Amino acid sequence: MAKLIREPNLPDQDGFYAELLVAHRGLSEAESHALDARLVLILANHVGDREALREALALAREAGADG
Amino acid sequence: MRYAYEEFPYETPPPLRGAAEGRKPAVIVGAGPVGLALAIDLATRGVPTVVLDDNNVVSVGSRAICWAKRTLEIFDRLGVGERMVAKGVTWKIGRTRHRDREVFQFDLLPEDGHKAPAFINLQQYHVEQYLVERCRDFPALIDLRFRNRVTAVERFGAHAAATVETPDGAYRIEADWLLACDGAGSPIRRMMGLDFAGELFEERFLIADIEMKADFPPERWFWFEPPFHNGQSALLHKQPDDIWRIDLQLGWDADPDVEKRPENVIPRIRKIVGDRPFEIDWVSVYTFQCRRLERFVHGRVVFVGDSAHIVSPFGARGGNGGIQDVDNLGWKLAAVLAGEAGPALIESYDAERRHGADENILNSARATKFMTPAEGAERRYRDAVLALAGHAPFARRMVNSGRLSLPCAYPPSPFIGPDDPALPVASAPGRPCPDAPVEGGWLLERLRNGFTVLGLGAEPPEVPGAARLRLEPGPHLRARYLGEAPSAIYLIRPDQHVAARWREAGAEAVAAALRAAKGA
Ligand SMILES: Cc1cc2nc3c(=O)[nH]c(=O)nc-3n(C[C@H](O)[C@H](O)[C@H](O)COP(=O)(O)OP(=O)(O)OC[C@H]3O[C@@H](n4cnc5c(N)ncnc54)[C@H](O)[C@@H]3O)c2cc1C
Repeated sequence: MAKLIREPNLPDQDGFYAELLVAHRGLSEAESHALDARLVLILANHVGDREALREALALAREAGADG
Repeated sequence: MRYAYEEFPYETPPPLRGAAEGRKPAVIVGAGPVGLALAIDLATRGVPTVVLDDNNVVSVGSRAICWAKRTLEIFDRLGVGERMVAKGVTWKIGRTRHRDREVFQFDLLPEDGHKAPAFINLQQYHVEQYLVERCRDFPALIDLRFRNRVTAVERFGAHAAATVETPDGAYRIEADWLLACDGAGSPIRRMMGLDFAGELFEERFLIADIEMKADFPPERWFWFEPPFHNGQSALLHKQPDDIWRIDLQLGWDADPDVEKRPENVIPRIRKIVGDRPFEIDWVSVYTFQCRRLERFVHGRVVFVGDSAHIVSPFGARGGNGGIQDVDNLGWKLAAVLAGEAGPALIESYDAERRHGADENILNSARATKFMTPAEGAERRYRDAVLALAGHAPFARRMVNSGRLSLPCAYPPSPFIGPDDPALPVASAPGRPCPDAPVEGGWLLERLRNGFTVLGLGAEPPEVPGAARLRLEPGPHLRARYLGEAPSAIYLIRPDQHVAARWREAGAEAVAAALRAAKGA
């Protein structure tokens, strides 16, 4: 059974998207990558569900394969 | 104090003095910690061995220093544990720093009620010396032959043979079982053309033992990117006799011969230890690998220890894993040689210890990867963990400078009997028995005579081929073996792993589990 939520789950998604960009503002490419890496780890710990994370990893790879 | 190497005497082996020898039950090739421990284990079960070693001194340089609790329990069963603990430096705290800040601390034995400490540090030469001396307690059973180098092996249906070179010439020796304990570079593995698959880490480490008076606590100190060693990692660990172990990551491009020169080593060490006077005792540059044989059992040739599997040392899983191989194999070989079990039991060594090796390789490889990330994503996530560790507890647990050796739980198999899941998981079938204080000593001291049927608060049923032990549970036994249950019956293997357990069991159920554990 799928554990990962694929349906909209985030209130005010446009607001979050804007905050995400703000967090990256003024960072170099490398700093920006590093910030994303820290963010992934923080969120993974928050999710705390290995199956959901496995599905998230698969989804992320899948979406990247569309070219 | 530096170690004074004693040369073990060479004696002309019997066949070269004109005394023909018959086929031996077991011939051990290699007198490292694994071969020596195996000889002692077999001797305690009455099995005679010949031990062949190409050398005549104990391990040159310190090599292994960290010996884990389970190994010390096995050494205790072999009669050398107390001596090792008395000599070794006992420790259980590890501190990991990133730059100048502590990011992670672990305590390897937060609970009491165990005879053995979490870890000791003791130089491999001391360990081997004590094992050689213990071997000499069994003059009728252990025949140690130094400067006896195996140059060829032959395999047959129900035996094997080795050609052995000595200062007096060559001879041939036959054995029901040939035990290849000939180390990471195993010549026997090569002679048999066996693939040793796995990975090499493209990194060089300088490993040094120095003699120094210092009052640092007996803890494992590990640094990522320390201020004194640009961008790399470092480790400092205390050994007996004022000897300290230092590991320094050097990078893949470092030239081992150049790095080993005193004029390069001394300034690096100076940066860690400050102005304290020190002397270099031993220094070497290593690359590390994690590899194992696809199978450890090849007919009558059985691979044990580093010949079967190697790991990088972060986690101290090499020597410790090898001693657990010995623990698993000794009683099985003795049972097969005594005709109490068929060769199928040796197959269970193969399956169980491959499982153990895989767990050790997995943990060692992960730690080494964390220390030596490739450029790109590996590096980025490693640095992300270190950066977060100073701010959030969850990330501290991800900091990996080595997950220190723990014994594995053997997986379900026809050799592992029924479980009662109402009992605590710490003592589930397949797991090594957790120690506990019992009247007059320790539980593990009472589990040394072959199979044991342990009755906790209950009369153990009488089963042929197993000793009986009844104990009234105190708080430690209760927590580790009973949980909420009022009583239980455990069947315990000679290697002190749990074979099966029940809240209630009759003789028939226990006898069936005993037969299964012996592969009958
Ligand atoms: C720097 C370093 C640090 C380490 N730290 C730790 C640690 O802290 N804890 C830990 O558990 N492990 C550690 N290890 C690993 C540990 O040293 C090995 O796992 C251990 O030595 C393996 O024991 P062994 O008996 O299988 O092999 P070895 O110790 O290599 O012994 C093999 C023996 O076989 C003999 N031999 C070889 N070929 C022949 C032949 N043809 N004929 C006869 N004899 C032969 C050799 O002379 C040798 O005596 C470390 C290793 C290194 C290099």
